[in-house]
Amino acid sequence: MANAAADHAHGHDSHADHPTGWRRWVMSTNHKDIGTMYLIFAIVAGLVGGFLSIMMRLELQEPGLQYFSNPQTYNVFVTGHGLIMVFFVVMPAVIGGYGNWFVPLMIGAPDMAFPRMNNISFWLLPAALSLLLISLFVEGAPGSNGFGGGWTVYPPLSVAGHPGPALDFGILSLHLAGASSILGAINFITTILNMRAPGMTMHKMPLFAWALLVTAFLLLLSLPVLAGAITMLLTDRNFGTSFFDPTNGGDPILYQHLFWFFGHPEVYIMILPGFGIVSHIISTFSKKPIFGYLGMAYAMVAIGAVGFIVWAHHMYTAGLSLNTQRYFVFATMVIAVPTGVKIFSWIATMWGGSIRFSAAMHWAVGFIFLFTVGGVTGVVLSNAGLDRNLHNTYYVVAHFHYVLSLGAVFSIFAAWYYWFPKMFGRIIPEWIGKLHFWVAFVGANVLFFPMHFTGLAGMPRHYVDYPEAFAGWNKISSFGSYIFAFSLLIFFFGIYKAFSSSARAANSPWGEGATTLEWTLTSPPPYHQFETLPHISGGDH
Amino acid sequence: MIRWRNGAAALAALTVGMASQAFAGTGQPSPWQFGMQTPVTESAIFLNAMHDGVNVVIALISLFVLALLLIVIFRFNEKSNPVPSKTTHHTGLEIAWTLIPALILVGISIPSFRLLKMQIELPQADITVKAVGHQWYWSYEYPQDQGGGFGYDSYMLSPDDAKKANQPNLLAVDNELVLPAGKTVVVQVVGQDVIHNFAIPSFGVRMDAVPGRLNQIWFKTDVEGIYYGQCSRLCGANHAFMPIAVRIVSPEKYAAWLVEAKKKYAEIDANPVQVAAE
Repeated sequence: MANAAADHAHGHDSHADHPTGWRRWVMSTNHKDIGTMYLIFAIVAGLVGGFLSIMMRLELQEPGLQYFSNPQTYNVFVTGHGLIMVFFVVMPAVIGGYGNWFVPLMIGAPDMAFPRMNNISFWLLPAALSLLLISLFVEGAPGSNGFGGGWTVYPPLSVAGHPGPALDFGILSLHLAGASSILGAINFITTILNMRAPGMTMHKMPLFAWALLVTAFLLLLSLPVLAGAITMLLTDRNFGTSFFDPTNGGDPILYQHLFWFFGHPEVYIMILPGFGIVSHIISTFSKKPIFGYLGMAYAMVAIGAVGFIVWAHHMYTAGLSLNTQRYFVFATMVIAVPTGVKIFSWIATMWGGSIRFSAAMHWAVGFIFLFTVGGVTGVVLSNAGLDRNLHNTYYVVAHFHYVLSLGAVFSIFAAWYYWFPKMFGRIIPEWIGKLHFWVAFVGANVLFFPMHFTGLAGMPRHYVDYPEAFAGWNKISSFGSYIFAFSLLIFFFGIYKAFSSSARAANSPWGEGATTLEWTLTSPPPYHQFETLPHISGGDH
Repeated sequence: MIRWRNGAAALAALTVGMASQAFAGTGQPSPWQFGMQTPVTESAIFLNAMHDGVNVVIALISLFVLALLLIVIFRFNEKSNPVPSKTTHHTGLEIAWTLIPALILVGISIPSFRLLKMQIELPQADITVKAVGHQWYWSYEYPQDQGGGFGYDSYMLSPDDAKKANQPNLLAVDNELVLPAGKTVVVQVVGQDVIHNFAIPSFGVRMDAVPGRLNQIWFKTDVEGIYYGQCSRLCGANHAFMPIAVRIVSPEKYAAWLVEAKKKYAEIDANPVQVAAE
């Protein structure tokens, strides 16, 4: 990566007169403080979403109804788990958290372009999460609380099927979360396009910044479509319109098209920042520049662009025409090519390297393998013909948890162990990060791999109970989830150790391989960095 | 490296499991099953065969990536290779890892498009029936001009009744969809209230039952027996409790059943809504 020829050796913090106490956080306009708040928010929301999933696995450990005497409550838990993990855990962590923290640092900018907008982006989220949590406790379907129609919120189940106000809270929650993300996306695009340090051309920009740039465009273009779709739902529910009501000339399939026009880019929104994170970790600990930088950057651009024209592969069983399905099969398969470029480029980056297997590197290498497993089952599912027997089965659940729970979440933990010393100036003992990795790796695979088998055998998703034949693999999955949950205790123990110890992190603890600008700063960085902008020299990649 | 052993063993198990249908149930899942249910229609047999093939391809790709990672881990760690290379480009390699996956995908797409066409293009039907999804049961209608003119509801059996009938719990129903072997059947699938999904894994069919939209699927099997499926679109509280059961009988038995059923179920509109067996 580019060399920083800047003079920021002056470690003193001349703008130390920053607000303190609650003002520092509530009224924060500082990208690092806001990033920290996003990360704490994601951890808290992750505990809620994780609790919901553990309850699901407890129920599914045995056939029969054990914990959910009302099956609708189980559906509410499934829905809440999905929405919380997508909108309030993964997105805040990778975009609001790491994006806020490290995009300005990596491109040599003093802060985000719109610091006050950054503040409102964050503070919309607790409001959004509150609305979603309230929705769990107000009536949805007749006689039971909460919305249980899945994170996709398909009508008519989300209109006629849930007359109570629960989903109205849910829709408003998504509106706020969406507004938060759109504002954040505008901030990232402006920051990255306008505030790169002198000499940092686009083709010298770190891959994490590239990842966030593509992600921000996906957010900006897809979220308004979701906002439109759920607004139409809201008016169908409350104001007598019938956009999606076939008895009045509407079409439930229209909603599915609108939702997935957002929904498919959304899955890349969750994974692209992880691509950026993993690229830096692999490069740093291999002590080699990233292999095929331009290919890596433009593979992300290609994945983002093609991601907008594949949405109906989520709708192969909706009754689409032969030619429509043919097109979506073709377009979806195309995405495997740039994804393959990324996997092989990461391996080529490690090839010939002098790899230090730090905790962060464990998570990054684990990410590559597990994302590959999740990716190849995606190729299976992209074939509409094969999807005929897999759609809405546990095979799909296994697939998207391999790319999200084992992909996006592993990248979040990789970034945590990589950037923690930079963010907080403290040190998590390496053995804790590695132990966390091993336990999570075993737990997540025991949890999700058997789902391929139950899915192939035909077990549908969103089932509170299942035929006896599926009992064996489900029991194993449940045990896996407990192992994964235990790994989180190790994660928190690492944080406790870091903050209870007197050890302090060096400015560039990972050595010569860490070449991006954040490592030229102190650990933690000064409250305001780059008062003198760094100048980037050296040629393009 | 214990880390990789877990994934590798599981992948190997997956591959072996796919190759043998020994564990697969006919018309229903079996305990510890690895692969799909035994296919009994032309398109389902094609689907299973294609899946077996693609599954080998993806297992090999995963193992290839795993092998590369293991080589990297053992050969290019700090101890074995203290001085890192500075190679960051290799045009040949980059072209190869773009083109080869693209060719593999083209290879997969050939049977994929054939399978898709077979599934979607409806042949001339011998028998057309209608399946309507309700919260939370299915109802089936047989048209007048094919000796029908009646309809009935199909509810899940209670655990006790399923046991008495010696059928699997959560899959068995009171009134099965009865159809003849060796005939091309077209099922019109529609939803009455919310979206449901009519799925029968052994037939390789799965279709959303959308209110206001008439979707169609087809199948033809020579194998008599009872084939189970489950609603595959989240449809509310009892989504897990509205199974589908199709009984395939000989054409003679089917003709006899038609006569009997016509008497039993009278006219479609005269059929009173039954109370759920549970």
